[in-house]
Amino acid sequence: MEWIIDSDRPIYKQLVEQIELRIISGMYAPGDKIKSVRELAMEAGVNPNTMQKALAELERMGLVFAQRTSGRFITEDNKMIEEAKNTLAIKEIDSFFEKMKQLGFEKEEIISLIEKAEGDRNGNSKS
Amino acid sequence: MEILRAKGLTKKFGNLTALSNLDLEIPRGRIIGLLGPNGSGKSTFIKLATGLLVPTSGEITIAGATPGIETKAMVSYLPERTYLNDWMRAEDMIAFFGDFYEDFNRLKADNMLRDLNINPGDRLKTMSKGTKEKVQLILVMSRDAELYLLDEPIAGVDPAARDYILNTIITNYKENASVIISTHLIADIEQVLDDIIFISQGEIKLLSTVDDIREKHNKSVDGLFREVFKC
Repeated sequence: MEWIIDSDRPIYKQLVEQIELRIISGMYAPGDKIKSVRELAMEAGVNPNTMQKALAELERMGLVFAQRTSGRFITEDNKMIEEAKNTLAIKEIDSFFEKMKQLGFEKEEIISLIEKAEGDRNGNSKS
Repeated sequence: MEILRAKGLTKKFGNLTALSNLDLEIPRGRIIGLLGPNGSGKSTFIKLATGLLVPTSGEITIAGATPGIETKAMVSYLPERTYLNDWMRAEDMIAFFGDFYEDFNRLKADNMLRDLNINPGDRLKTMSKGTKEKVQLILVMSRDAELYLLDEPIAGVDPAARDYILNTIITNYKENASVIISTHLIADIEQVLDDIIFISQGEIKLLSTVDDIREKHNKSVDGLFREVFKC
C-alpha cells in the first residue's frame, strides 16, 4: 500500500486515515510494533513532526499504544479495530449514497442497482 | 532558546528596502519554508542570518549570538550560487569541508555521493549544473549543524534527485536543529514542512503551519501562494 497525500487537506489527518486503514485491513496486525516516527515519515515523504502528530492522534483513538521504552504498537483489542472498521464502512456508504442522490437516485433504486451490479459481476444475471 | 530570532530587522540597499522591520522567532526542531515571489527578500534574510550582510537596523541572532565566527560553526548554509572552485574534485571539497567544519560527517558525505552516483574523483568543471548543485548540497547536509539555511536547494535538480534531497532532509531531522528552505517550488516540498513564512516586498505576509493552511483554506500551500501572489 502506497502513501498517497492529497494536496488540499491537512496532511496529519490523511496520515491518520491511511494508518487506520492499514490497521483495519490487517496490513498492520494487532500487537505489531510500528516503525519509528522517522522511518514512517521517510516512507510517506512527510515531516517527522506531522507523523508524530498523526501517531499521537491514533493513540488518542486507542488504535495504537505506546510503551515507554520499546516504541509504539498496534492495539491488541480486536473489538476496537472492528469498531473502527464499521465506522469507516458507514462513512463510505454515506458518501456513496450522497453521490448517488446527487445523480437523482432514490434509496430503493440505489439498493436494486447495487444488487444488479453485484449480480453482473458474479455472472449470475444478465439484462 | 529559539535557534533564530529577528527583531525589527531591516535591510536597505540605497533607496531600496529589501527587508522591512521583520520580527520572527524560529524554534528548534522545525522544517520551515521561506516562500515568496522573486525579489521578496528571501535571500537577503538568509544572508543576514549567515552574517554575509549586516542589518541596516534592528537585529538578528542565532542561538542568542550575533552572526559571526561562533554562529558559523552552528549554521550550515547553501547559497543560491555556487562558490566552489571549478578545478577541485568532489573528494577535494569533502576534505576541505572536513578540515573547515568540526561538525562535518565524512561518512555521510561519502554515502550521499554514492547514492547519487557521483564519482568522488570527478572535477566540478566536468559536472553538469545539476550535479554541481547536488555536490554542494551534500557538503551542506553532511554537517551536524543546528541551523541549515538552504537557499533554493532543489531548483536545478531532476525530480528523482529532488525526492532524494527531501528524504535526506527528513532523515537528517533532529530535535535540536531547524532547517529553513527558501524556494518557489512549493508543491514539491510542502509535505516536508512544519511551517511556512510567506514574505513579500520585505515583509512577512503570513506565518502558519502547513496543516493550518490546508484546514482553513481547503487548499495546498502552493494553491494559496498562487492566489495570494496572483500576478
